[in-house]
Amino acid sequence: MAGLEDYKGQTPAWCPGCGNFGILKTFKDALVDLGIEPHQFTIVSGIGQAAKLPHYLRCNTFNGLHGRTLPVATGIRLANHGMPVIAVAGDGDCYGEGGNHFLHAMRRNINVKLFVHDNQIYALTKGQASPTTAEGTKTKNQPFGVFSEQLNPMALAVAMDCSFVARGFAGDGGQLKELIKAALGHRGFSLVDILQPCVTFNKINTYEWYKQRVYNIGPDHNPNDRMAAFGRALEWGDRIPTGVIYKNDRPIYEERNPVVRERPLVSMKFEKSRLEATEKEFF
Amino acid sequence: MDYSIRIGGEAGQGIQTVGDTLAKVFSRSGYHVFTHQDYESRVRGGHNFYQVRFSDNPVTASRDKIDILIAFDTISIELYEKELSENGRIAYDSSSLKTGYTGPYFFDVPFYDLALKHGGSKIMANTVAMGAVMGMLGLEADILSALLQEAFESKGEEVVAANVTSLTAGLVFARQNCSGCSFSMAPLSEPKLLITGTEAIGFGAIASGCRFYAAYPMTPSTGIMNYIAAKEEEYGVLVEQAEDEISAINMALGASFAGVRAMTGTSGGGFALMVEGLSLSGMTETPVVIALGQRPGPATGLPTRTEQGDLQFALYTAHGEFPRVVFAPGTPKQAFHLTNKAFDLAEKYQIPAIVIFDQYLADSCWTFEGLDLDGLIYNDYRLRGEALRALNTYKRHEVTDDGISPFGVPGDSRHLVVTDSDEHDEEGHIIEDAATRVLMVEKRFKKKLPLVHAEMAPPMFHGHKDPDIVMAGWGSTYGPIKEAVDALSGEYSIGMLHFSEIFPFPSTDRFDYIGLLSKAKTTICVENNAQGQFARLMRAETGFSFSGHINRYDGRPFTVESLAGDIRGRVGRL
Repeated sequence: MAGLEDYKGQTPAWCPGCGNFGILKTFKDALVDLGIEPHQFTIVSGIGQAAKLPHYLRCNTFNGLHGRTLPVATGIRLANHGMPVIAVAGDGDCYGEGGNHFLHAMRRNINVKLFVHDNQIYALTKGQASPTTAEGTKTKNQPFGVFSEQLNPMALAVAMDCSFVARGFAGDGGQLKELIKAALGHRGFSLVDILQPCVTFNKINTYEWYKQRVYNIGPDHNPNDRMAAFGRALEWGDRIPTGVIYKNDRPIYEERNPVVRERPLVSMKFEKSRLEATEKEFF
Repeated sequence: MDYSIRIGGEAGQGIQTVGDTLAKVFSRSGYHVFTHQDYESRVRGGHNFYQVRFSDNPVTASRDKIDILIAFDTISIELYEKELSENGRIAYDSSSLKTGYTGPYFFDVPFYDLALKHGGSKIMANTVAMGAVMGMLGLEADILSALLQEAFESKGEEVVAANVTSLTAGLVFARQNCSGCSFSMAPLSEPKLLITGTEAIGFGAIASGCRFYAAYPMTPSTGIMNYIAAKEEEYGVLVEQAEDEISAINMALGASFAGVRAMTGTSGGGFALMVEGLSLSGMTETPVVIALGQRPGPATGLPTRTEQGDLQFALYTAHGEFPRVVFAPGTPKQAFHLTNKAFDLAEKYQIPAIVIFDQYLADSCWTFEGLDLDGLIYNDYRLRGEALRALNTYKRHEVTDDGISPFGVPGDSRHLVVTDSDEHDEEGHIIEDAATRVLMVEKRFKKKLPLVHAEMAPPMFHGHKDPDIVMAGWGSTYGPIKEAVDALSGEYSIGMLHFSEIFPFPSTDRFDYIGLLSKAKTTICVENNAQGQFARLMRAETGFSFSGHINRYDGRPFTVESLAGDIRGRVGRL
């Protein structure tokens, strides 16, 4: 059984006080709780502060390109669906550069777990607006304030009938741990958007700002009710719901595709004997 | 015997089906076949043609001269009447074209009336036309009849029967009415294998143990995806249509990292989107095979036509420095084996391998006696299961003498497999220090490069020994150059050099082709592009400059007569 010390990776290069520390700690706790060992799963990340997480965790890792987390995760999962695959991205990474991949991963319903560290800002490139930055926010690159409507990942995911949609907060490790475990246990493409303060570049969405607004949606909400989920997904501003907003039991890609239904591609041996018969088809 | 049949008409009239079927009749008759297609970027209407050349001698290109024109529209007659050979015939249906033509070579066949009368439906008109071709050539119905049986078996006996009676009606009509049809056919022999360029790449991938193919549809590469998709369950190869080409190559890299052989295919515009992923393959040392089907650019260009305009793009694109191989097959059989070699080298050296082709090779059918399956290479270079578990320590990017690190399958052992698009250490974790950077550039690039270089085969030579004239080419121009050189070999001391293993540029160790070129009086590089991209590469890599260039960039392939004429014009009488 793996303990916390088995998950001790490289020393993080994040700013002191960064919300990522809380997320990393919670991630480790969840993995230890679930009894998963470092070699038994793969984390795919892109580029951004969030994308460094697998290096600080010890696990099979593909730290790829900015925005391209989900295609790589999809490829790994299609080749070997015997192994859990986790994708870790930031808000710019996943909702900006990788927006198209995000839409189609939800459609495909590949059993990949996506965790988006949503700090509502580009941090690695030092403070530009991200897709989730509030309209009107002024930055060095948006001196007149952001003109574009803020992207709502929860509403988008519910609209796309994403199999599991949840929101967590880096400042509430207890709840976040349960959400990570629920997502990893869910059968289907899962999105957990994690609200996370950026102590260096986002002076608006601070720990205090979030703490005043987030609330746990609790047992009254039925996450299988898509219309109710959509209502919750639209809530933003004074009150921000956290918890499992929506889930369904759509069949996953891996069980629908007959090529891999029985066993993963990676376990298949190259069989030369059929080639002659295939060659004959050209006569 | 060397005849060419051209089928012309609108998109949607079934021209491709007629062409494919006739090609198969001739290959099953034991003739050598070459086909090429010329089509517009539309599903209905417009004007397309399909040309089938067949002979009792090997054929590797199209000719300008047509022996039988099957005209399904009046444009075919306007455009190609002048290309008819001396004893050629134009078969058409005056009632459906609403025009009658006079002239000794016009042969009015009531395709539609015969189809209605004998097959019960106008849909059978194409079958009548194919039957008429059999009758005009003096062939029997049996081979075509068997093909129709195979094609329509699944639709029931009635459909098969209607096709066979329609075929017979066309055949009998032509036998009785084609006065002056004087085609003389060589005796039949053993059936030959008939295959297109994209089928050959698709089959080559499967024969190399490819398990994963992700792509976004794009002419002229889509045929590869179609072929592999038809074999998904039989061979255990998963085909995923990605949301875009960026996703396609990243999915392929993910699958490859997870332990299976992976491939993607596209054309120039899609490859442009893949470039970032190509660089990722280089940095993470994740093997991937990319089939790059050229069509005339820039931008959307002429989407359904042919060009060799993306050679420089394939050679030099992607940020940073890393090894890659580029192969350019000249025939479907070469495409089959070079796809296999691309997989082998990609896996052996953990690099990207590109197979560059074009619309002409993609859609052309060639005949062969067989594909030489015994020549296939398959070695599993990955560390799996017990072999990986037996290691005490494991580092994905371990520095080794040859630069090749052990490539473990994640999840197969307790060893972690870690890689990064950032510069990384031996374990695969992000680094910033200069010393590790240098170590990794040397490992990934400088150590592997000479090994990859040594794998490249020299060009093929064909023709006179110590020739005065050398024609050089790469990729799909192989066929036209070969036949033009053969046609001129009675007049000139002439030979050809064909390059199919392009990059790293083959050395002269095994064959001193630079010596051969230097001794020749005239050296001409033939390319389907405007600037002579291969000639530039040759100059950059070897310092050798060709004395002349023949470039075609109208989106059409070279034909034997036009190329031979061009060469004569350049060389004159020696």
